[in-house]
Amino acid sequence: MKNKEELKSFIAGLLPFATLIEGKQYLEVLVPADKWHEAAQKLKDNNKIPFDYLVSLAAVDFVTKFSVVCHLESTDTHDFIVVRVDIEDHEKPQIETVSDVWVTAEYHEREAFDLFGIRFKHHPDLRRLFLEEGYGFPLRKDFKDEINIIELSN
Amino acid sequence: MSEEVTKNIIVRDDEDYIINMGPQHPSTHGVLRLEVCLNGETVKYVIPHIGYIHRAIEKMSESDTYKQIIHLTDRMDYLSAHMNNEAVCLAVENALEIEVPKRVQYIRVVLDELTRLASHHLWWSAFGMDLGALTAFFYGMRDREKILAIFEESFGSRLLHSFNTPGGLMHDVHPDFQKHTMEFVRYFRKKLPEYKQLLTDNVIFHNRTQGIGKMSRETAIAFGVTGPSGRGSGFACDVRKVAPYGLYKEIDFNEILYDEGDSFARYLVRMDEMEESLNILEQVTDNIPEGDYTAKMKSIVKLPEGEYFQRVETARGELGIYIVSDGKKFPYRIKFRSPNFSNLFVLNTLAKGGLIADLVAISGSLDLVIPDIDR
Repeated sequence: MKNKEELKSFIAGLLPFATLIEGKQYLEVLVPADKWHEAAQKLKDNNKIPFDYLVSLAAVDFVTKFSVVCHLESTDTHDFIVVRVDIEDHEKPQIETVSDVWVTAEYHEREAFDLFGIRFKHHPDLRRLFLEEGYGFPLRKDFKDEINIIELSN
Repeated sequence: MSEEVTKNIIVRDDEDYIINMGPQHPSTHGVLRLEVCLNGETVKYVIPHIGYIHRAIEKMSESDTYKQIIHLTDRMDYLSAHMNNEAVCLAVENALEIEVPKRVQYIRVVLDELTRLASHHLWWSAFGMDLGALTAFFYGMRDREKILAIFEESFGSRLLHSFNTPGGLMHDVHPDFQKHTMEFVRYFRKKLPEYKQLLTDNVIFHNRTQGIGKMSRETAIAFGVTGPSGRGSGFACDVRKVAPYGLYKEIDFNEILYDEGDSFARYLVRMDEMEESLNILEQVTDNIPEGDYTAKMKSIVKLPEGEYFQRVETARGELGIYIVSDGKKFPYRIKFRSPNFSNLFVLNTLAKGGLIADLVAISGSLDLVIPDIDR
């Protein structure tokens, strides 16, 4: 396990276009959307700390934008980082797929597409995962369930 | 690293002969539909279709407080209910930097390992039954009942305890909790050799599992297969070792690893893990210190603004809870990285080219719990 400073300087050298934030738990790496695939490839295929295990890929709706957040672990060194990509276009969210880098991303991305409507470009099999076609995207903040209306006041 | 092992390859053809296995097939142990393409009895590809028991727990959690979310996590992997509860509690405790009393940490480990034992019991019985060994089912169920009785005595419920709350436990355990746990440990130590005779040394069982559904370490990592299934392929992914939480830093136990990667290796990992759980229980149960059963908590828990990720080892692999908080009493977004979700999709790679009867052995050895996949 490398210390935080070493990991930070390594990621900074590997991804010069990324913004690094020292998180409370883990190092957070903010990658611009157009460099996402390149960054993913570099994170996985480097020789020093290969982040070969994609723990989780989650989408978040921030009302004005979407974020895709990946939690990555290196099975060699057990370093753990959080990689975040912001998708500014809230109307038609699109981003490059990373399912060719980590195959497990294929299903996490399908889930994100199903629940958030984020399109992953060049995804091999982008279909709804849980819900039927035309249901809408329930985990978006502006989703209104017309059939089972249970309004809970905050 | 060859393409074959780290890619999910499906070649469809108009003349494919498709059989649907499920959603009501006994060997899937839940509502899972497998679209199986057959050539005679040989499997060409398997496509899992899920969503039959999707309850949108992530959406529901966005209008629930953290204490309420705990009750929803029970319903994901209902056989690892205690670990799922603990994951939420740990996330909240770490975010608020709450010191949990030692007594709670000890009791949590005992419950973790008892739950793991109960879960592996049920898997062992059902796996035997899937392959035609009905006796295993009765033996496993008989012994699992004893663990559930311990749970019932202390929490009033057998499966879905919701016994953890942020900061500690709902209430203290039953006065006989330690005594009955140790009685069970001694009882089960004597029963394990019986299990070994019944399935582990059984030639028919060997023929059904050895060399079936081979998964390499690369495949396990690429698909994110964790838990005993991943460790059967030599992927050291035990969160209790990799990112220790609670009392696990101080406990002496081994991570079980096998390199063969077939169904039998996955079986052996779970059998050895049962023994390891008994070792942990022996270390911990008698040493539970006296003290409070919960730390002082406010009645409404609010996490400071930010993001949190908590990893926990359930009976089936790594459960990750990702929380985005905006400082209110409800989480802004919560994502459950459930172990079974990742474990399921490796099925095509493992079953391809094998017989349809082996598909049952493979999906059984992955130990899938369907509500955990759908959430």
